[in-house]
Amino acid sequence: MTLDEFVQNFAEQFDDTPMSKFNPSTDYKQLEEWGSLTALSIITMVDAEMEKRITGSNLKACTTIEELYNFIQAL
Amino acid sequence: MQVYIEAISYYLPEKVITNAELAKIFPEWTEEKIAKKLGILERHVTAEDETASDMAVAAAEKLFSEHGIDKGSIDYLIFCTQSADYVLPTTACLIQNRLGLNDTIGAVDLNLGCSGWIFGLSMAKGLIAGGMAGNVLLLTAETYSKYMHPKDKGNRTIFGDGAAATLVSTQGIAEIGNFSFGADGEGAKNLIVRTGGARCRKSKNDLVFDDFGNPKSSDYLYMNGTEILNYTLDRIPTLIEDVLKKNSVSIENIDLHVYHQANKYIANLQRVKMKIPVEKYYCCFENIGNTVSSTIPIALCEALKDGTIQQGMKVLSVAQGLGYSWGGVMMKF
Repeated sequence: MTLDEFVQNFAEQFDDTPMSKFNPSTDYKQLEEWGSLTALSIITMVDAEMEKRITGSNLKACTTIEELYNFIQAL
Repeated sequence: MQVYIEAISYYLPEKVITNAELAKIFPEWTEEKIAKKLGILERHVTAEDETASDMAVAAAEKLFSEHGIDKGSIDYLIFCTQSADYVLPTTACLIQNRLGLNDTIGAVDLNLGCSGWIFGLSMAKGLIAGGMAGNVLLLTAETYSKYMHPKDKGNRTIFGDGAAATLVSTQGIAEIGNFSFGADGEGAKNLIVRTGGARCRKSKNDLVFDDFGNPKSSDYLYMNGTEILNYTLDRIPTLIEDVLKKNSVSIENIDLHVYHQANKYIANLQRVKMKIPVEKYYCCFENIGNTVSSTIPIALCEALKDGTIQQGMKVLSVAQGLGYSWGGVMMKF
């Protein structure tokens, strides 16, 4: 999965946040819609689309979408 | 010897909490968002003075009256709860007395969460197959509402109180097949009430709020949602495969999947991951919520009532619960 595709998949886990808010440098924890349910959706997306397992702590440790993507790629 | 589920009934407490009420308390969530994400519209909660054993007694009385069962025929009682009336004695003994069951029966408590009905059913089957009992009354009841902090948005949205009564016997509507079990105490910390037990009897008053604004305290129910999600992703596929193997069937030969009813999010996740057609995956949480150890018998009861379960069907049930503890069984209706 490319970084652009990851950003797209990441954005699709949000219901109310416009696509324009998402790019590789988005600090996702600052998004108003970020919360426990969106965190679960990201973990599920990563499991389904990338067959990789991440934790809540991993989501907490990363800041931008690109940083998270790079972390997952290195798993 | 073949062992069967003979009958199931359930009881839900009178008080209902709607999404509208929760949205008032937690304005960052709307009624629609709760319904869309979790698929739960309302959940029942016990009154201040109503306990799990009160609900279990009500469920058992319903079982006796709805199915014309003679309570004198019960020779073993298993009560599954994590909300016992007292630290001691055994709540099942109190229930024996309240229900007016014979004083020659076996009566035990079983302390398990969401996997409780599966384990209780396996014990009931073992007692009957081993010739130690003929009619086992399996009661499951839970009141997690009493363990939750008032500001606990996640858990208050998901969990509901409720009880179920399942009669296991040498005859009945569903032959109980083979089981698969699992346990891993490493996961205990991810769904826990830390105080009140022997390890730490006194309250700690250590309430903090996590990054998502959810309360985290040793004195209340704590759930690490992301860890519980990963536990489900890790264990459910292998659990299902193992139950199927132990019953010598393929997943395509299962007519209906009636799993622990956690919520819509987990249900969809399991269904998609296991490639189960939507029409074969039964959901029963919309007006009930997650009643912990009673979700599967309640769902089976509803599936029987609405005609989803027909005679001749193979039904698969699996549950993942705190502990960690997980289990599954196949039933032939």
